[in-house]
Amino acid sequence: MSADVGDLLRRLAPQVLGTLVRRHGQFDACEDAVQEALLAASVQWPEQGTPTEPVGWLVTVAGRRLTDQWRSDHARRRRELAAVGHDTEDTDLTKHVDDTLRLLFLCCHPKLSAPSQVALTLRAVGGLTTAQIAHAFLVPEATMAQRISRAKQTIKGAGFPDGAERLPVVLHVLYLIFNEGYTATSGPDLQRVELTTEAIRLTREVHRLLPDNGEVAGLLALMLLTDARRATRSTTDGALVPLADQDRARWDRKAIEEGVALVSRTLATAPLGPYQVQAAIAAVHDEAATTDDTDWAQVLILYKILDRLAPNPMVTLNRAIATAMVHGPQAGLDLIAELDADKRVAGHYRLDAVRAHLLDLAGRHEEARECYRRAARRTVSLPEREYLLRKTSG
Amino acid sequence: MKYLLIMQINPAVLDALTDEERNEVGEGHGEFMKTIQESGEFILTQALADPANSAVVTGTGGVPAVTDGPFLEAKEFMGGFYLIDCESKERAIELAKLIPDTRFKGLAIEIRPVMFSSGADL
Repeated sequence: MSADVGDLLRRLAPQVLGTLVRRHGQFDACEDAVQEALLAASVQWPEQGTPTEPVGWLVTVAGRRLTDQWRSDHARRRRELAAVGHDTEDTDLTKHVDDTLRLLFLCCHPKLSAPSQVALTLRAVGGLTTAQIAHAFLVPEATMAQRISRAKQTIKGAGFPDGAERLPVVLHVLYLIFNEGYTATSGPDLQRVELTTEAIRLTREVHRLLPDNGEVAGLLALMLLTDARRATRSTTDGALVPLADQDRARWDRKAIEEGVALVSRTLATAPLGPYQVQAAIAAVHDEAATTDDTDWAQVLILYKILDRLAPNPMVTLNRAIATAMVHGPQAGLDLIAELDADKRVAGHYRLDAVRAHLLDLAGRHEEARECYRRAARRTVSLPEREYLLRKTSG
Repeated sequence: MKYLLIMQINPAVLDALTDEERNEVGEGHGEFMKTIQESGEFILTQALADPANSAVVTGTGGVPAVTDGPFLEAKEFMGGFYLIDCESKERAIELAKLIPDTRFKGLAIEIRPVMFSSGADL
């Protein structure tokens, strides 16, 4: 399949599925039918050319598969009855906009675990195959197939949701997909890049549908501003490079410009939210020529705001680093001393890693090495562990 | 996130089980496997032969030494494992509690996060 057709099909997939689900209900059966229609298109379009109405083509082919399936199904009559009352007349393509969003809401159903929400979103909205998703998460295809199938079963009776109250869950799922790709813990990098690209593509789509929502814009900006540093985040052999040591000349300027513009515009117009603040912090880092040039006072203010909006010990840890850069390492160490009693983070490797960094800044290298050693034992990420072990000999 | 659920067994405890209890363990493992297969969290399971069957190749700094028998002489040892992929450590613990071994004094499930994965079907 050519890359162009592949991209086009994945962009159209949620519109086609959304249309079918709205007409017929039966998410489970519709999803299978759409996968088959996508497969047919991926074979036929490169040879015979892309149809003038690609969405219409896919809806027709998928609809035919559905009918075939129902005809051979004993429960046909019952299903036809169930479909009565659904909108069957619709050919209005503008409805696709709503359908994509509602499809996302459906995939992020609260009855599903986060891994299931992620898998279903990537398949039903992202148009990825089960094999691709399994590959990206380094699990056998059978495991992923079963997870998706169970997820579809779980939401089978659920209506096509309308309300936007599920938007925070959708954003969280997109954030999880991005993070899984960005903090590559194992396996070849290439497939992980696919996940960040997919997360950005889907978030961009949600932003296009909800341009005035500040948190959607904030999340998209955060992804762009974080992903802009991807090329410099690890060496060619996979070793982790911390922010301070990254080659900033190789950061993706275009992504930074887009992210900065997006977050600036949003901060000025929308109600403040955690994603926007995180994006603003990423923007301050991305715009600085060096670590020393970074406007740490600004970063510190933003972390204080974030800690108030979404209190979380991990935010406090980051705030401690900014505090150390503004008020000296001891001020940072004092701040994280309070976290030792916090069950959510006590014993977490990040606490020791940050403490080690601040002790190093304070010139207390022997104590720092001990903390780096403890952090290295605690982390479950191989690149992190290797980085931390390097620091113990430094 | 992948976790290895390690069955830490003690043959003395297993030998002391009644037939009924032994059945309960066997059926419990069957049920557990079904549960995690259906939820899409199951990757792999293996049961291991008694460490009396082990051989150990030990680094000596020169030519490795080969000995018969277990690496460590202990009452408890790894009898087998389940490899799962699930949402969180909390979920892994919840699943471990479904393994029938946890109903018997002297048996345990150890939950270890996986740090690197590679395999024929990955």
